[in-house]
Amino acid sequence: MSSEFILLLPLIIVGIMSVISILVDAINPNSKNSGYYLSIISIVAVGGFALNNFYLNISGINLDDTNLITSNMLTFGGFSAFFDLLFCVGSLLIVLNARNYLDTVKTELNEFYNLVLYALAGMMVIAHSNHLLTLFIGIELMSITFYIMAGYFRFASQSVEASLKYFLLGAFSTGFLVYGMAMLYGSTGSMFFPEITAAIVNGSANSAYLMFGAALMIMGLSFKSSAFPFHQWAPDVYSGAPTIVTSFMSTAGKAAALSAFIIIAKTIIPMGFDPSGLESAIDTNKLITAIAAISALTMLVGNITALVQKNVKRMLAYSSVAHAGYMLMGIVANTAAGWSALMFYAVVYTFMQIGAFIIVGLLERDTDKNLEYDDYAGLSKRQPALAAIMALFMFSLAGIPPMAGFFGKYYLFMSVINSGHLWLALIAVVSSIISVVFYIGLIVKMYFTDTEDVKGESLPWNASRILVFVTSAVVLIIGLNPGGMLTFIKSAL
Amino acid sequence: MTILIATLIIPLIGAFGVLFLNKDNRKLIEMFSLGTSIVAFLVSLGLYFSFNSNAEGFQFVTDVTWIPAIDAGFRVGLDGMSLLMVMLTTFMTPIALLSSINSINKRHKEYYFMFLMLQFGMLGVFISLDLFLFYIFWEIILIPMYFIIGIWGGKDRIYAAVKFFIYTIVGSLFMLVAIVWLGLHVGGDVLSLPTGFTSDYLLIKQHSAAIAPDVQNWLFIAFALSFLIKVPLFPLHTWLPDAHTMAPTPGSVILAGVLLKMGTYGLIRFNLELFPVSSIDWAGTISFLAVVGIIYGALVALVQTDVKKIIAYSSVAHLGFVVLGIFAMNEMGIQGAIIQMVNHGLSTGALFICVGVIYERRHTREISEFGGLARVMPVYTIFFGIAMFASVGLPGLNGFIGEFLTLLGAFTSTVLDNIWYAIVATTGVIFAACYLLWMFGRIMFGALSNKENQGLSDLNKTEWAMLVPLLIFIVWLGVYPNTFMSKSETSTKQLVKEIEQVELDLNNGTINMEPKKN
Repeated sequence: MSSEFILLLPLIIVGIMSVISILVDAINPNSKNSGYYLSIISIVAVGGFALNNFYLNISGINLDDTNLITSNMLTFGGFSAFFDLLFCVGSLLIVLNARNYLDTVKTELNEFYNLVLYALAGMMVIAHSNHLLTLFIGIELMSITFYIMAGYFRFASQSVEASLKYFLLGAFSTGFLVYGMAMLYGSTGSMFFPEITAAIVNGSANSAYLMFGAALMIMGLSFKSSAFPFHQWAPDVYSGAPTIVTSFMSTAGKAAALSAFIIIAKTIIPMGFDPSGLESAIDTNKLITAIAAISALTMLVGNITALVQKNVKRMLAYSSVAHAGYMLMGIVANTAAGWSALMFYAVVYTFMQIGAFIIVGLLERDTDKNLEYDDYAGLSKRQPALAAIMALFMFSLAGIPPMAGFFGKYYLFMSVINSGHLWLALIAVVSSIISVVFYIGLIVKMYFTDTEDVKGESLPWNASRILVFVTSAVVLIIGLNPGGMLTFIKSAL
Repeated sequence: MTILIATLIIPLIGAFGVLFLNKDNRKLIEMFSLGTSIVAFLVSLGLYFSFNSNAEGFQFVTDVTWIPAIDAGFRVGLDGMSLLMVMLTTFMTPIALLSSINSINKRHKEYYFMFLMLQFGMLGVFISLDLFLFYIFWEIILIPMYFIIGIWGGKDRIYAAVKFFIYTIVGSLFMLVAIVWLGLHVGGDVLSLPTGFTSDYLLIKQHSAAIAPDVQNWLFIAFALSFLIKVPLFPLHTWLPDAHTMAPTPGSVILAGVLLKMGTYGLIRFNLELFPVSSIDWAGTISFLAVVGIIYGALVALVQTDVKKIIAYSSVAHLGFVVLGIFAMNEMGIQGAIIQMVNHGLSTGALFICVGVIYERRHTREISEFGGLARVMPVYTIFFGIAMFASVGLPGLNGFIGEFLTLLGAFTSTVLDNIWYAIVATTGVIFAACYLLWMFGRIMFGALSNKENQGLSDLNKTEWAMLVPLLIFIVWLGVYPNTFMSKSETSTKQLVKEIEQVELDLNNGTINMEPKKN
């Protein structure tokens, strides 16, 4: 009993605390700090128990009892514990940074912190899902929270527009997802992932429905992870939403969508599955080729469109589409190495993207002002430390060693070449080259443009500024010792 | 800790040391960085004297595991060729730092940090015995050089810096894919290691014969692309004149002196040593481009009006000789190429410093602005003259021996098997004499008509300190090159022996060019 309870704790805590924090806010609407501290405490607690689960998993604990409690609809392996941790880290960074950001734009409300907890709950359910319904609940919980968060600046038209756009398109894509799930169920007769896989492997599944369902699922998940050609919403939503929300959606949210992608890919494309002997079988090679094409086009389109942006926030938004494309390479590889490469990249990406967004937020004035490339001209003179760290993040995003972003790409390349998709690695190279142009373009602005020697306004020492240093240190440390992080991830699978 | 690792990390320590200095104390920052680079040079002298020229293989080898999961390690070592390159780096850096004292006038702290990081990266490139580590050093260089051109450069510095960055990264990213592919091929298909991957250079080299020929061909292309952009070989050279003209003097010195050699070094270290079969296949094409580069560089240099541009284009021509020598693939050619790499570093470095001297005084580099400088700056004229004649290839100075050997190598090469490469390349020497002598004459002789030139002062102490060591080595290499050539002789002989074996096997048909079936 005790062990199952411990395994369930992260989900229980996040579920209860998200409700409690909104009640606290309702009872005491004038307390400015309650939401902030409650969410920090809950996230830290959730992360702590998730870490505990992670190590319990390594020590090889028997999980059968827990699966009984949740009727097998949730799993508690190292994979989900790892993603729990990643989501917690992402959410914690967001919450810590949110306070200063919302303060500068004068919209601090406790609801924001509740929403982060709800989104966190959704993401965690995704990573734990072992059943189509739990997966669906997780995705919807996360998405609906994001619809609301995107419109958090309810007085700013672009924020409301982003929210509505995201909601309409998101609802539409959910339709694809549900339809796909229905098809999968219809063809295999089960909604449990292991049973679906078993039905595919032994050939009892109806292959036509299965293929149709798989295609619809891939579409739905591509939308959620902003992959081509379902990425159109992403730039508008990312640039319209408050910067803090954008950094949340494009890192933790994207990692959650990709974890769903991994789960589904594992289920419908069983590793080492050879369909040739079966009468009625799903053509997994076609699915892999389709995902590979999506991955290739996502990174190309994302980077090419980012190339022409004049606004740093939009540039980061578009390039986050491209990074989804890179991460999809890990799914194309369809091996443990590929998934661990994806997970590694997701970790690194979370730190560098949030770090870059924190700096964008620190420099942002009013709402959505001071975001153009030109506003960054001469930043290295006005804010030397911020400019240097921003340069570090840009090099990391572009994949220049010794920053962590390089190792992320390196592992992805390795896994995808090893699985025989050299062409995809080459396309990734081409799109990386494109991305170099706009990433170093920002450095050109910050360092090379001549500006008058104006003394920059002195920024206060607050949580956001400390986070800038923390995230950059993490990017450097993972860059210099990627082996540690890789071993950690490998022990999860 | 070996002397080699000490040499490598001194600049790194120095770079971070600079960060702790007071940014207003310019003198201290300059002296600290200069001191660091001199210490690095002195330590590297220890390498030179304890290096055993007769031993085959690599010396001072260190092998520390870094990332076990992908079998990447901190593997470094020296052979004769890398020894010469390391010495060139540690020798050129203090000189470039000396010239920084005059030419760098803003943001000193960042500058010296960048410069020492640059040295760290260059040293790493020349001593890495791990492909992964090599790639990281290769890319680390990009960042400081990008900033050096972009922040402290001339008028169009942004364009030049971005162009430099993008050209280099295009090549290196394809090389990255090749490194991964090579590692998977050798570590997985050939050796079946538990990791399925290796980036150990020595291990890969040991099994390089087992790399399937079709794979080898693509790997060769990817590596060569990256290195030939860096060299740069015609028609991939267009970033170089921009980078050279826009970079500050020390940037140009280190760019011409050391950075370009990373490309030719890589060609020998990776392309020739790991993929000899494909190297023989491609030798003709690349040599042809090298010869075109020699002629093209010379012709373009002839019509330039900016002194720095002339020297930049002369680099394109001179590096053409190096590439030609490398792909002659015999002992004379490769030895000539290696010594020419050192020579070009010294003489072009000296020429860029000389250009810097007049640029500091007049803030222009247009030839038409000068004339008759010999009257007011006699010492400068002599120094410039020696450097210029070294670059032309006058016997008795260093340039001659390198060009002579590479041409001789190309003449006698059995791989190229066509004397026209050498004959056409030889005309390049004549062109070089034309544009360099013409430039020199226009600047130094004739009437001292421009009033602004009449008050120019001759070399100051710092400039003496920069040029004299360079000139000593220019003469030394010209008179008795064997001091240096003997260092790389054993490793070159070893390489040539391997290539001859492959050539023999190819002729006998023992190497099957069809892809292997497993």
